[in-house]
Amino acid sequence: MLAATLFFYLFAALAIASAVMVILSRNPVHSVLFLILCFFNAAGLFILMGAEFLAMILVVVYVGAVAVLFLFVVMMLDVDFVKLREGLASYLPVGAVIGLIVLAELALVFGTWSLAPESLKPAAPTPSGLTNTQALGEILYTKYFYWFQAAGMVLLVAMIGAIVLTLRHKEGVKRQNVAAQVARTPATAIEIRKVEPGQGI
Amino acid sequence: MIGLTHYLTVAAIIFTIGIFGIFLNRKNVIIIMMSIELMLLAVNINLVAFSTQLQDLVGQVFALLVLTVAAGEAAIGLAILVTYFRNRGTIEVEDINMMKG
Repeated sequence: MLAATLFFYLFAALAIASAVMVILSRNPVHSVLFLILCFFNAAGLFILMGAEFLAMILVVVYVGAVAVLFLFVVMMLDVDFVKLREGLASYLPVGAVIGLIVLAELALVFGTWSLAPESLKPAAPTPSGLTNTQALGEILYTKYFYWFQAAGMVLLVAMIGAIVLTLRHKEGVKRQNVAAQVARTPATAIEIRKVEPGQGI
Repeated sequence: MIGLTHYLTVAAIIFTIGIFGIFLNRKNVIIIMMSIELMLLAVNINLVAFSTQLQDLVGQVFALLVLTVAAGEAAIGLAILVTYFRNRGTIEVEDINMMKG
C-alpha cells in the first residue's frame, strides 16, 4: 500500500511538472517530448487506478501516434519559433488570472460535491474475476457496440479529411497513366516497316 | 491512502495548466493544440477515476471514445496547420483573419 502511495505521488508530480514544461519550454520539440512524458505518467496513474487497458491504449495511441504526429509537424514546418514567443510576458498576467479563476472554481466544486444516489447503481458493473481488458471488451462489443462503431466512423472521417486537406498534385510532374497504358493495342503501339537489306530506316 | 480526491486534484491541475497554456502561447497554434490534448487527458483521468471508484465500466468506455475523438482532432488540426503554412508561410494565430469582413 505504501508503494502504491509513493508511485501515485511520483506519477502525479512528474505528470504535472511535464505538463508545465509543455507550455513553458522555448523549443516546441521539447514541448512535444514533455507531452510524451506527461502521457507516460498519466498511463502510470491509470495502471494505479486499475485501468490497464486504457493505460496501454494511452501509450499506443497518444505516444505512438498523436505525439509522433506533432513531432513530425513541428520538425517539418520551417517556422521561426522565436518570433512566435514574442509578447509572451504580456499574455502572462491575463493567462494567470484566468487560470487561477478556473482553479478556484474547481476547488469550490471540490468542497461541496457529492455523489447522486442513482449514480451509485452502476450502468455496467465491473465483473469480478475478469481482467480489465476482458471486462471492457465484453461490454464494448455487446452493450456499447454502436458507440464503438461511431468511434470507428470518427476515425475514418478524420483520416479522409486529413488526406484530402494535405494531398496536392504538383504541376509539371509526369505521372503514370495506367488507363492509357492498358488501352493501347498493337495497332496504336507498333509500326511495322519493311527494311531493305543493307539500308537503314 | 490514495482515494478519488487525489486523482481529481491531479486532473484539475492538469486541466488548469492546459487552459493557462492556451492563453500563454497565443501565437503558436502547435502549443495551443498540445494544451487541448492536455485538457482532454485531464478529462480522461477524471472519467477513469470515477469509473474505478464506482466500479462502473461505462466511464472507461467513454474515456475510450474521448481518446478516439482526441486522436481525430489532432490529425485534422495538424492537417489544417500544414495546409495553412503552405499557403501563407506562417502559423501565427493573429494572421488568421482572411475571413474577417
